[in-house]
Amino acid sequence: MTVRLERRLDQPWWLNVAVPAGSLAVAFGIMGIVLVASGHSPWHTYRELWISAFTGSGALSATLISATPILFTGLAAAVAFRMQLFNIGAEGQLYVGAVGASFVALKMGDHGVTSTPLYVLAMCVAGGLLGALWALIPGALRAFAHTNEILTSLMLNYVAGYFITYLIFDSASYWRDISTLQARTFPQGKPLPSPAEWSTFGSSVVVPLGFVLGLVLAAGVWVLYSRTRFGFEVSVIADSPRAARYAGMKTRRKILAVMALSGLIAGIGGASQIGDFTHTLDPSGLQGAAFGYTGIVVAALARYNPIAVCVVAVLIGGLQNAGFTLQGVDFPSGLVGVMQGIILFCALGGELFLRYRLRVARRPRAQAATAGPASPEGAG
Amino acid sequence: MSVNDSLLVVVLAQAVLYGTPLLYAALGELLAERSGVLNLGVEGMMLFGAAFGYWVTQEVHGSDAAVLPLAVLGAAVSGAAMAAIHAFLTITMRASQIVSGLALTIFAGGLGLSAYFGTELHLADKTATHQLGSINVFGLRSVPVLGPVLFDQPALVYASWGLTLAVALYLTRTRWGLNVRAVGEAPASADAMGIAVARYRYVHVLAGGALAGVGGACYSLSITPGWVAGDTLVNGAGWIAIALVIFSFWRAELCLAGAYLFGGLSALPFALQANEELQHLPAGVLRTPEPYQALPYVLTIAVLVVVSTTFAKRRLGAPAALGTPYVREER
Repeated sequence: MTVRLERRLDQPWWLNVAVPAGSLAVAFGIMGIVLVASGHSPWHTYRELWISAFTGSGALSATLISATPILFTGLAAAVAFRMQLFNIGAEGQLYVGAVGASFVALKMGDHGVTSTPLYVLAMCVAGGLLGALWALIPGALRAFAHTNEILTSLMLNYVAGYFITYLIFDSASYWRDISTLQARTFPQGKPLPSPAEWSTFGSSVVVPLGFVLGLVLAAGVWVLYSRTRFGFEVSVIADSPRAARYAGMKTRRKILAVMALSGLIAGIGGASQIGDFTHTLDPSGLQGAAFGYTGIVVAALARYNPIAVCVVAVLIGGLQNAGFTLQGVDFPSGLVGVMQGIILFCALGGELFLRYRLRVARRPRAQAATAGPASPEGAG
Repeated sequence: MSVNDSLLVVVLAQAVLYGTPLLYAALGELLAERSGVLNLGVEGMMLFGAAFGYWVTQEVHGSDAAVLPLAVLGAAVSGAAMAAIHAFLTITMRASQIVSGLALTIFAGGLGLSAYFGTELHLADKTATHQLGSINVFGLRSVPVLGPVLFDQPALVYASWGLTLAVALYLTRTRWGLNVRAVGEAPASADAMGIAVARYRYVHVLAGGALAGVGGACYSLSITPGWVAGDTLVNGAGWIAIALVIFSFWRAELCLAGAYLFGGLSALPFALQANEELQHLPAGVLRTPEPYQALPYVLTIAVLVVVSTTFAKRRLGAPAALGTPYVREER
């Protein structure tokens, strides 16, 4: 008996539901084994996770806080990965976005601006612009020097990380609070003026402005990628660079545009992180959270579909938020990362079943018979 | 002050020491890539190897000579175990090599399995009991310049030289090595010749993971003995190792030279910060650690750009089938 894979000629509709559900079930099964192996009860852990992520009091609001930055970085990754352009620098692009956004907010505070919408607009523009410029470095290197964008965009994450650490911890920069003795001894960023704090919606479930902005951006990306010439060219370049070249598409320009768009979204994510939540430039918090890398998980699970990114961001945000709430003896740090990894592995493995079907075939008898007694192994 | 204390010699000696983990990881990645599988999970495999190797030194009691080889072996096995996930997903399940590799780094890295393993077993609280110290070979340590650079290094440095030679000879002078290259360049032809493409890819991805694990153990057993929570122990070395493979045009002997170049870059921040002359600089950016810490990453980008422009001109190097799954029915 042999198991063979056959390419599917068409995908039945139910596969698009069954495969992700099956992958998720397998992932939770494997995680259960990990939990049992390290002496935890899977059932108990899953229940606690669900409660702290979604159903507990205030849980959903907290989940949206975790979901907001990874919605942006997930979109940023999806936009670029969709064109086979592996920008894994959303991490650094978010940092510089936060630097730009906090700069304009502090400057506007110095000039006594009091209108919150003005702050939101200026912070998004500044953050997005810096994020886009930072992403254009690997973009331009890829477009003009054929340099692998995976490595360069990753290296720039470290550079951006050291840059924000320098701004707050090792210099008397404009971003650093040096007004009091305590602030001079324990370095911290200047607090933003209060009108620069972004508004929220809802009362029982608090929805941050950044999350809504992310949803709007996701819709925009969806329109751009599925309803415009630009999006069509992106998908042609992704599927067949050679065909794109023959058709006269400007690949180089597309690389620059897509990288800039990806960096722009990540940069706005940085602005949202500052405006919605931290209200100051906080290097350790930003670097510890690894929003950019989680964004890759989100984008991959969503299969680079911007609408699916929104859903996955809330689910992964829930997992992160629950992990943060539960962190302790029963839920050691690192478990969230392990779970994200396992879910992603299972999703990747599951994709095979979307494209192929398993054929379990018995050893063909007729062939063995025609091979004759002289070579009995001939048909094997 | 003897010549051996000068900044240049110190940096050279450190370049070899810091280059060694890069060399192990890069040789491993080279093997995997030569068989046609790109593994971007090096950073994660290194970190998990570092954690596991360190755990072995804590759990096994005995003399250094007994424990340390076991720890290195443990690191290799744990690295290979991580690589097995990537191998299964990309070779058997035909998943995207890039996404699977990134997933492996996220899964095994500083926010995933390594952190989980480290906290569950309280690795960070333990002091390093067994470590690979430097060996004064033939008492040649005090030879000017060459002594500290070549004859006063930990055992893993000496082993890496043998390994480089072995990998270079394996790929260019053996039947198996030829087969590996065939699998990486033209899997369909290799298959037609009767080479088991999937088996070759599995073996070399696993070997790559094992070497990445050993590379990680260089940090936790020798360079900075111990375990630190987070990803600061390996701190991007896995990515630099991947850059190194491109830099060396997929050749083992060039990996050695490149590893010491990149090792020197990684060691430079420490050497420069410790340098007395810099202490006399006026207060300002150059007195702070960040520019020196960021330097290796910036220079890696610069090196990559230079290499990739010449690379495009000469069309050297990359295995033709790198990154593509091999499916017999669809060739």
